[in-house]
Amino acid sequence: MIHWPLLSLVTFVPLVGVFFIIIARGDEAVVASNARFIALWTSLADFGLSILLWIYFDPNTAGFQFVERADWINLGGFSISYHMGIDGISLFFILLSTLLTFLSILSSWVVIKFQVKEYMIAFLALETLMVGIFCALNFIVFYVFFEGVLIPMFLIIGVWGGDNRIYSAFKFFLYTLLGSVLMLLGILAIYFQTGSTDIEYVLAHANLIPFGLQKWLWLAFFASFAIKVPMWPVHTWLPDAHVEAPTAGSVILAGILLKLGGYGFVRFSLPMFPLASHFFTPLIFTLSVIAVIYTSLVALAQTDMKKLIAYSSIAHMGFVTMGIFAVTSEALQGAMIQMLSHGFVSAALFLCVGVLYDRLHTHEIARFGGLVERMPAYAFVFMVFTLAAIGLPGTSGFVGEFLILLGTFRVSTTEAVLAATALFLAPAYMLYLYRRVIFGTLTRVDLRGILDLDLREKAIFVPLLALTLWMGLYPTSFVRPIQVSANHIIEQVTAAVDSAGPLHASLR
Amino acid sequence: MPHYPFPAIAPAVPEILLAGLAMALLVLGAFRGERSTREVSWLAVVALVAVFIVNLAQGGQSHFAFYGMFVSDAFAVFTNALVLIGSAITIIMGLQYDEDERIARFEFPVLVMLATTGMMLMISAHDLIILYAGLELQNLALYVAASFNRDSARSSEAGLKYFVLGGLSSGILLYGLSLVYGFAGTTGFADLAQLFAGGGPVSPGVIVGLAFIIAGLAFKISAVPFHMWTPDVYEGAPTPVAAFFAVAPKLAAFALFVRVLIEPFGPLFAEWRQIVLFISVASMVFGAVAAIAQRSIKRLMAYSSIGHVGYALIGLATGTAAGVRGILIYLAIYLVMTVGAWAVILCMRRQGRMLEEISDLSGLSHTHPALALALAIFMFSLTGLPPTAGFFAKLYIFFAAINAQLFGLAVIGVVTSVIGAFYYFRVVKVMYFDEPVAAFDRPFSFELQSVLVVTAIITLFFFALPGPLIGGADAAAAALFVR
Repeated sequence: MIHWPLLSLVTFVPLVGVFFIIIARGDEAVVASNARFIALWTSLADFGLSILLWIYFDPNTAGFQFVERADWINLGGFSISYHMGIDGISLFFILLSTLLTFLSILSSWVVIKFQVKEYMIAFLALETLMVGIFCALNFIVFYVFFEGVLIPMFLIIGVWGGDNRIYSAFKFFLYTLLGSVLMLLGILAIYFQTGSTDIEYVLAHANLIPFGLQKWLWLAFFASFAIKVPMWPVHTWLPDAHVEAPTAGSVILAGILLKLGGYGFVRFSLPMFPLASHFFTPLIFTLSVIAVIYTSLVALAQTDMKKLIAYSSIAHMGFVTMGIFAVTSEALQGAMIQMLSHGFVSAALFLCVGVLYDRLHTHEIARFGGLVERMPAYAFVFMVFTLAAIGLPGTSGFVGEFLILLGTFRVSTTEAVLAATALFLAPAYMLYLYRRVIFGTLTRVDLRGILDLDLREKAIFVPLLALTLWMGLYPTSFVRPIQVSANHIIEQVTAAVDSAGPLHASLR
Repeated sequence: MPHYPFPAIAPAVPEILLAGLAMALLVLGAFRGERSTREVSWLAVVALVAVFIVNLAQGGQSHFAFYGMFVSDAFAVFTNALVLIGSAITIIMGLQYDEDERIARFEFPVLVMLATTGMMLMISAHDLIILYAGLELQNLALYVAASFNRDSARSSEAGLKYFVLGGLSSGILLYGLSLVYGFAGTTGFADLAQLFAGGGPVSPGVIVGLAFIIAGLAFKISAVPFHMWTPDVYEGAPTPVAAFFAVAPKLAAFALFVRVLIEPFGPLFAEWRQIVLFISVASMVFGAVAAIAQRSIKRLMAYSSIGHVGYALIGLATGTAAGVRGILIYLAIYLVMTVGAWAVILCMRRQGRMLEEISDLSGLSHTHPALALALAIFMFSLTGLPPTAGFFAKLYIFFAAINAQLFGLAVIGVVTSVIGAFYYFRVVKVMYFDEPVAAFDRPFSFELQSVLVVTAIITLFFFALPGPLIGGADAAAAALFVR
């Protein structure tokens, strides 16, 4: 263990970058260039710091590590402390956040031509908020970060987005805000039930919350997380937000923000409301299966690349929610791996779309075709990530889906079989997309001169490519830190359900 | 010959001092004429600051004066401080505007000081008579202030409207007060509380009187369904006056509302709770929905203030110390962010003409990035998004609501705040997403810039040092419940 506040550093270092960008002076071009470099170096340094977390992380304990605690507000019987700490569940999300922010900034190097300073500030602020969400161990601190994310994301979609950006930004913002305010009331209700806003304390004293209240709290948290995931039928903001967001915005949206929902389910819903989770499992299973099948079919019919990938994200996240609420060790680990894998893969797919968008300013599938002739390196990169999205063995997509299906199968055969239809629906829409964009004959005049990936773009894809293959070929490096924490949650839930008697245990 | 001791005036020193200074400045202005406006204004600010210090020096203990008709306690000190800050800032903000509009007259700061005296009297009232006297002192000054731009039909109309409706509400209030006096036989807060605390059946006359009192005070805080005057008066009155209306009088009336319901009528909680619940829900819903269609930013702020009154009323509906603490925190933060938003509105001037449409803010992030950022911070805060101060305001209100098991009210509260988010974010959208139009006149006056910087910093970084405000509000709320 190390003795300096590493988590606070990882969380707040980006704000140092923000400060330097704000004080940067000079004419517009100079400021823009300085802002780019400051943002790049800050996010790289932050990524480096977060790597230290992984190095010093002790995978043998389910307890929280790197814990920091300080009094914040302690007046009138309502104490809120600044409490940070991570376990196996949050560790990789922090790494994912810092990595994707760095890559996002790199990917926007040339494309963002106006208001560069504000753009970089928004991304660095977003990084602070995202990392903070995964580190926070106090409900109020968590909530501040969780809802704070909406502000920079709203601006990123609204200022640098596509033609219909205003509608999308509002839809994204209002949808997610509605969910999270209900969670705020849930947090306050938990405080009055358990006497604490400390997440660690509430996790240890989850038995203080009676079943009747658990159901209401579960629904309040569900409102927030289901919209974030997003689960069918509250997913409609996602395709709109993705289509209009700038490439880097889509990367963060798909890579991190969707994971907030899954993270919330694993961190709060399961261990804090085990009986309610058990009670509502059929609901989650039903919605997940509908999400998997319905959105896969919808993805088949898309004519816009970003929309197609957005719908595929919903289908993938359907797997994740199913895995989380199957409450088996394999399924939960699978869900965690699937979230991480989806974090690189969908981010990479959006970056792939971004590469084409930068060149032709469209993401309509019909505008492309035969790109393999002019862009062999691009075709290769796109293929690897397409296959990873399908879940080909050897890529990261396979590990997660396999573990989830394995774990779910033990709980509900029907559910697993229905979800497994995605195993042929996903290849259908992804390969269909790949064929239309990359293969075929290159007929359009403006595609003749299209350039292949340049060095900067390759540099963006290399780490994602490496991670996808690393996780696919040797998942142990990732599973090991997750394992103990995940098993601990499963034990907690199982014990709570078992001790509640046959009424609740009947489904097991 | 009976012996009349000299009344113990110590608790009322801030009010007396302020009234005296207002008279002195009036005399000064009358002798020096119009050109002394700036001087009188700054002296008024100095006077308000001096009274602020004297007020704080009162300490947190409860002291009664004038045979228990007047009280100085932690609650009064806290809300007086807010009102004084609000008044001082509005005088500063209005300086440049009044000069540009050629309505700079030395009476304005004097009127603000007199209104403030009335407000402080309302806050410290411990008797129904003092309550009414304070309220009328405030009202008379405000009627004149609303029609201050006397050559403008709009301003005169606003003043007249405010006068007629304000007079009506004062009448209703007075009728309620007299009913209570008639049936309870006393006007002292302490006596009333003692009378009702016995339990026992309460005369229907008192209940009717209480309903009239609530209706009359609801006018003053512009809670639905007594809100109609607000948008028209805000729109018609000169902008600095509207900014003043949005802050100090509202805080004072709210403090009075809280004190009246908690202290003398506290034992009748079950009776008045229904009414407060209703006007709270109605204000939140109406404030959120009606603001959506507004084009004028001044009207938008009016509906926004109606909505905020609804949130603060949630705290009152709990009837607990936690609820009152929530109200006080809410009011303090509302003061900061509203003053900031009005300061931005005062900057909206192009080629010498004031602008009031939301669309005039188009592309403000290109033309005036700092101004756009400040207004965005205020809008985020008015929405209640973390990490801005507005979030903590709502947090403590909902904390009290959940504590008092008012789940339905809390859910309505958060849902309307999402609806409200739509129109606050529309302002952000106009500034950041729309194409820029011509820039505003520069430079903004030094006073406005200072107000903007200070309020924006407090709004954004409140989370770093929330202790003093929350602690002060906690002590102030406790003062209402110890007796």
